[in-house]
Amino acid sequence: MAEQAQSAAAALPDNDPLTNPLTNPPIEPLIELRGLQRSYGRGERAVRALDGLDLAVPSGSLYGLLGPNGAGKTTALRILCTLLAPDQGTVRVAGIDALADPRAVRRLLGYVAQEVAIDKILTGRELLELQGDLYHLDRGVRQRRITELVDLLGMGDWIDRRCGSYSGGMRRRLDLAAGLLHSPRLLVLDEPTVGLDIESRSAIWQVLRQLCSSGTTVLLSSHYLEEVDALADRLAIVEAGRVIAEGSPATLKQALGGDRVTLRVREFSDAAEARRVQTLLQGCQGVRQVVVNQAQGFSLNLVVDGEAVVDRLRRQLAEADLPVFALAQSRPSLDDVYLQATGRTLMDAELAVAGSRDPKAERKQSMR
Amino acid sequence: MTTVRTRPSAPAPQAEALAEIRQETLALTRRLFVQLQRRPSTLVAGVLQPLIWLVLFGALFAKAPEGLLPGGGSYGRFLGAGVIVFTAFSGALNAGLPVMFDREFGFLNRLLVAPLRSRSSIVLASVLYITVLSLVQSVAILATAALLGYGWPGPAGLVLVLVTLLLLVFAVTALSLGLAFALPGHIELIAVIFVANLPLLFASTALAPLSFMPTWLGWLAALNPLTFAIEPIRSAYAGQLSLSAIVLEAPYGQLSVAQCLMVLAALALGLFLLIRPLLDRKLS
Repeated sequence: MAEQAQSAAAALPDNDPLTNPLTNPPIEPLIELRGLQRSYGRGERAVRALDGLDLAVPSGSLYGLLGPNGAGKTTALRILCTLLAPDQGTVRVAGIDALADPRAVRRLLGYVAQEVAIDKILTGRELLELQGDLYHLDRGVRQRRITELVDLLGMGDWIDRRCGSYSGGMRRRLDLAAGLLHSPRLLVLDEPTVGLDIESRSAIWQVLRQLCSSGTTVLLSSHYLEEVDALADRLAIVEAGRVIAEGSPATLKQALGGDRVTLRVREFSDAAEARRVQTLLQGCQGVRQVVVNQAQGFSLNLVVDGEAVVDRLRRQLAEADLPVFALAQSRPSLDDVYLQATGRTLMDAELAVAGSRDPKAERKQSMR
Repeated sequence: MTTVRTRPSAPAPQAEALAEIRQETLALTRRLFVQLQRRPSTLVAGVLQPLIWLVLFGALFAKAPEGLLPGGGSYGRFLGAGVIVFTAFSGALNAGLPVMFDREFGFLNRLLVAPLRSRSSIVLASVLYITVLSLVQSVAILATAALLGYGWPGPAGLVLVLVTLLLLVFAVTALSLGLAFALPGHIELIAVIFVANLPLLFASTALAPLSFMPTWLGWLAALNPLTFAIEPIRSAYAGQLSLSAIVLEAPYGQLSVAQCLMVLAALALGLFLLIRPLLDRKLS
């Protein structure tokens, strides 16, 4: 599937509406974030969540924000949804300045937050009715939309039970329904399938695809590569509060070219040895972008142009008395795109932040 | 460029705004009542506790010599007004708890992402809910007091009782909502409620008249907002229904029913003005 998309993209000229004004007339992006800055806390302990984040989401796209936990995705989405004011920067949705007229923006978008906040005592239907009243839907419209969404998301069996008895997947579906109730032009989802069973995940993916094909713009954040690869027609990689790569998955992978090789000369090298190998490889013809992956025991990640290069590379290393201990080869994936842009894999980035975050402090931050 | 969708047959903007505020406020209020209906323990405890006060505390001084209390009635009769006010007061003091839980569990964020016409709807819903709840509790106490033979204020007196309670409930609700937004979590809010509750009761004229108290406590009781609610209600029970009747012989002077009510109204207004900047900041 991914392979096909890739070859199709290779055959066609640049089909990117944002970068190619010849094939497609330039359209104004539905979402435009410019130079967003936002810090939490003060003084010495201040944490910079966003550091000049720019984002343009074309109308009608299914757009993915990819990055490890703590990269600033949630902060960016909270600012977009008018829950949080940026320290600096501008937010425009459908041409409306969200900082000047937040209410107009709130009407346009549906937001499905990461931490599902549900009133346990209400039934799912009562929660949707409350939501409908908060968006000032007429009673008739409200009831019709609830019926539609109950069907669409397969909630019929349990919608009249209290939310307290719902599983994670049921809650997430109900929350998605709440975000869609007022038929927004833009749906914003923060990590929509994190911690979900496979069935709920694929149900949500299917709904998001349907929405997108019927004209709703969908923006979702995720730290799952597969999710973004499978769903998004465009993505931005977010790292340390800024966007470091942007484009369609196929274009981004295409730009990398060649085969990805992970190579070790020893099970666990040290920095000096890795640097020696790196220098040596950089001298090889047909080898590009040699990166030392410190987190993976100083293995080396590189791009090679074809099978012959791999053989030559093995020979040269053996001659330098650094015979190859292990070598893995693959077509470029989104993980490689991420690695190329940041110098580490997404999983390593996840592990690096896992210990340094304080969920309690973050919950306080999101409290009003 | 796109424009925001409006309703097809939009009425006059002002009427539409009012209709929207009404819709969102009613929906939020309905939620609180559904919660109460499915978890009635707060209501049950809220009625039960003052009844126990009334029965046990009322019996405590049943054999006190006649004529000891001003007005010469029984202690139970004297206590009735105090318990009614205390019930309304502690009910209203809890007004901030649902709001605090909504803050902590992120439900408030759901409300703030919605295009509410006015975010005062969130506060207004709490005020409506607590007012109704306090009045229901108070009526239960009024009825029980009547059954125990502690008297009934009569129709006109009842109006005075309800007006007094409304003013007190508004003031205390404002205070509690302010605390719910100012304090970091429900533990702190419950601690404040716990600490505030009993001392305010003891340092008022709910359990004993001013004349029983040492000067310093008399001063405290005469400045305590509860006293300004208790005395008009006590006078209603005594069948004294003139707004100009003197009901409080405070160390700093005499106060009439009307003056007590004015103090309560000023307090409610002042507290709402005081918490407004806080609410604006937290809900903006």
